[in-house]
Amino acid sequence: MAKTSTLDVAYVAKLARINLTEAEAKVFQQQLDDVLHYVEKLRQADISDVEPAAHALPVFNVFREDAPREWFTAEQALSNAPRKANGLFIVPRVVE
Amino acid sequence: MTEQDLPALSIADLQALLRRREVSPREVIDVLRARIEGVDEEIGAYLSLDMEAAKKEAEQANVNLPLGGVPVAIKDIINVMGQPCTCGSKILQGYRATYNATVIRKLRAAGAIPFGKTNLDEFAMGSSTENSAMATTRNPWDLSRVPGGSSGGSAAAVAADEAFAALGSDTGGSIRQPAALSGIVGFKPTYGRVSRFGLVAFASSLDQVGPLTKTVRDVALIMNAIAGHDPQDTTALNEPVPDYAAKLGNDLRGVRLGLPKEYLIEGIDAQVKAAINAAVKQMSSLGAEIVEVSLPATEYAIAVYYILATAEASANLARFDGVRYGYRAENPRDMLDLYGRTREEGFGPEVKRRIILGTYVLSSGYYDAYYLRAQKVRELIRQDFAKAFGEVDALISPTSPVPAFKLGERVADPLQMYLADIFTIAANLAGICGISIPCGFVEVDGHRLPIGLQLLGKALDEARILQIAHAYEQSTDWHKARPPIATAMSKA
Repeated sequence: MAKTSTLDVAYVAKLARINLTEAEAKVFQQQLDDVLHYVEKLRQADISDVEPAAHALPVFNVFREDAPREWFTAEQALSNAPRKANGLFIVPRVVE
Repeated sequence: MTEQDLPALSIADLQALLRRREVSPREVIDVLRARIEGVDEEIGAYLSLDMEAAKKEAEQANVNLPLGGVPVAIKDIINVMGQPCTCGSKILQGYRATYNATVIRKLRAAGAIPFGKTNLDEFAMGSSTENSAMATTRNPWDLSRVPGGSSGGSAAAVAADEAFAALGSDTGGSIRQPAALSGIVGFKPTYGRVSRFGLVAFASSLDQVGPLTKTVRDVALIMNAIAGHDPQDTTALNEPVPDYAAKLGNDLRGVRLGLPKEYLIEGIDAQVKAAINAAVKQMSSLGAEIVEVSLPATEYAIAVYYILATAEASANLARFDGVRYGYRAENPRDMLDLYGRTREEGFGPEVKRRIILGTYVLSSGYYDAYYLRAQKVRELIRQDFAKAFGEVDALISPTSPVPAFKLGERVADPLQMYLADIFTIAANLAGICGISIPCGFVEVDGHRLPIGLQLLGKALDEARILQIAHAYEQSTDWHKARPPIATAMSKA
């Protein structure tokens, strides 16, 4: 099927930090082209005088006291880490 | 009342027995465990169980509390401290929750016992539970069919009487649709009515936690426990919580119900349509006035949803990067390799598709054409409902245009799977509440498959929606029907 959208799955997957095999990229390309073709129908909606709705309900500026409270210990925060040492998450070297 | 009949009870009936001391909370856990051992190998509703901890909680249970001694199953996307929380994803395999969701804290404060985690589509993305990386869940009415999704494990567990009730989450129908396909009650509260602190986020402007139960009264009992303000969730509404159970009645006099004319789409199964028509007649005979209403923006709902929900998901799921918890790819060369391969190996296809789509619609150059436009059309959808609720108390429709479909039948075509969400999705976009209740059966290949009726109500009007649903439910026997696998166990 001919590509019908401007979406380049392989490129966007890189932006999203997801490696894809070529086969997977090809399948997704067609499936997501179909979805993007479908959402084209939004162009028909008259939105000339409409404010965008980020949320369904009008709730603004929710505050609470900025007070210290009991929370995770460092040990709890690290309890699910794939790699850890000395109270730290261990990752590959970032700076040469 | 025999031990075999106990698992089929509603929460309300179970509580009556507990309070009369005819059964102890500890015995309830034992009976439930036996039922799960009897049926779950075939159903596949549960991903993990902690019956020993449940038994300890049961020994301390105060049966006079609102949900005292009542075991409740939990969708495996809600954090229960010390228990796994896989979200149905390989990327969270082995993860153990380090805190309790607010709904778990509130359930426990009301005396309930969270004892097990139920299967779901990976990160709640799906309508069949087939996107779980963990297990296959089957529909208790026909084991060759899906239970619906994404809260399919919760729905199947309640339907097969291996849970008295369960919590799920609903972003585009993920409580109501599996409830419909599995023949039980499922309720999506108003956006913000229930705290989402501790619910792993999928689409933050749409997600809401709610109950899956055997009766409408049980929804009210659970809502009494979990609804309300929470300083930990800025979207949790600071509004008083009425006693939902106290307001349930049996007649519908003075109630105005709307039939949205845009919902009479092609593709509704003929038997589903007939069952909904019969339900509308039934509600009319209970005193309701039925009027036609219009929701002109309906045709855009699915398109809006799959732009906004994927955009929000692409941001929310950025946290799964293999650094702080969960799965990490082996021997990463550098950070980019660690991220790229962890997410390649950790996420399933539907999650990848949605992250890619969401990243695209938010990207520079496409944001206005997709994301901003979708937010504006969302406002049109919201206005449609506001106008309709100026005329009627509730809207009626099927929950799903079709009954439960076969496992594997729809996985290859995501768009077709998305289109089946037509009746449920708009409620999330508008932030309103909605319920699915059993209203009949379809006969297919010698199996009875349940049909769900959806009632939608305006924001914070859950008490009225539950009243209407309860009045209809009590005038029928649909909610009393049990699937063959459950009745076989009762006779055993």
